[in-house]
Amino acid sequence: MQLKRRDAMKKSLAVAGFLAQYLGHLDEANAYAQNAFNASSISELYKSLGLGLPTQSALITLNTPEIAENGAVVQVSANTTLNGLKRWLFIVEKNPIPLVAIFNLSDDISPAVTLRCKFAQTSEFLALAHLNDGRLLYASKEVKVTLGGCGG
Amino acid sequence: MRIRLQTAAGITTVKVLMSHEMESGQRKDESGKVVPIWNIQDVTATLNGKVVMSAEWGGGVSKNPFLQFSVKGTKTGDKITISWRDNRGDSRTDEAVVG
Repeated sequence: MQLKRRDAMKKSLAVAGFLAQYLGHLDEANAYAQNAFNASSISELYKSLGLGLPTQSALITLNTPEIAENGAVVQVSANTTLNGLKRWLFIVEKNPIPLVAIFNLSDDISPAVTLRCKFAQTSEFLALAHLNDGRLLYASKEVKVTLGGCGG
Repeated sequence: MRIRLQTAAGITTVKVLMSHEMESGQRKDESGKVVPIWNIQDVTATLNGKVVMSAEWGGGVSKNPFLQFSVKGTKTGDKITISWRDNRGDSRTDEAVVG
């Protein structure tokens, strides 16, 4: 097979583009979002991650207890039928640090994720879905806590 | 770390129980001093050596963390590893094989 110079140029540009994108993605995945985990409010949190305001979506389903006796261990699950989920943010609104976890998912992972979180007090739990097309969607549900999980 | 796998129709559900204090950095000891944060910051899952999921955690994840997620397109003999690294630089990796 003989490569024409023009084709070769095109191919190497494509490879360079792919590499830049891939390395950029790796970079993003490797750096711990310390600022986001210092943010003491949701608006500060969104700002620290450079995110806009999310829209509520009925296509995100949450599985949370209505009442948690012990706020130190509250099991929460998020799932969605939306396509192209890139990452989940798990947020407990009234915690001193609302951001609990960020999950970066590849195409090999189903959207359903479960985690046990601490709730300092009765609070909304938010699961925020960041999609490949840049859209930010969320669902939220209140968990009533009878014994707090951060202070004592 | 305990990893349990359950596979049905090419989807493997991964249940992980990690052993870690997960000190939130919000708690005060008897003398009123804040107990410094000590938590798992990074969690990575691989399928046959390829990263399929990575997570960043704060102090809001419960002590001895429990995590569940599912990997698509798995087959018998596939290796799944889970690694964590905490803010003191300690780390741990464990492996499970899809049965």
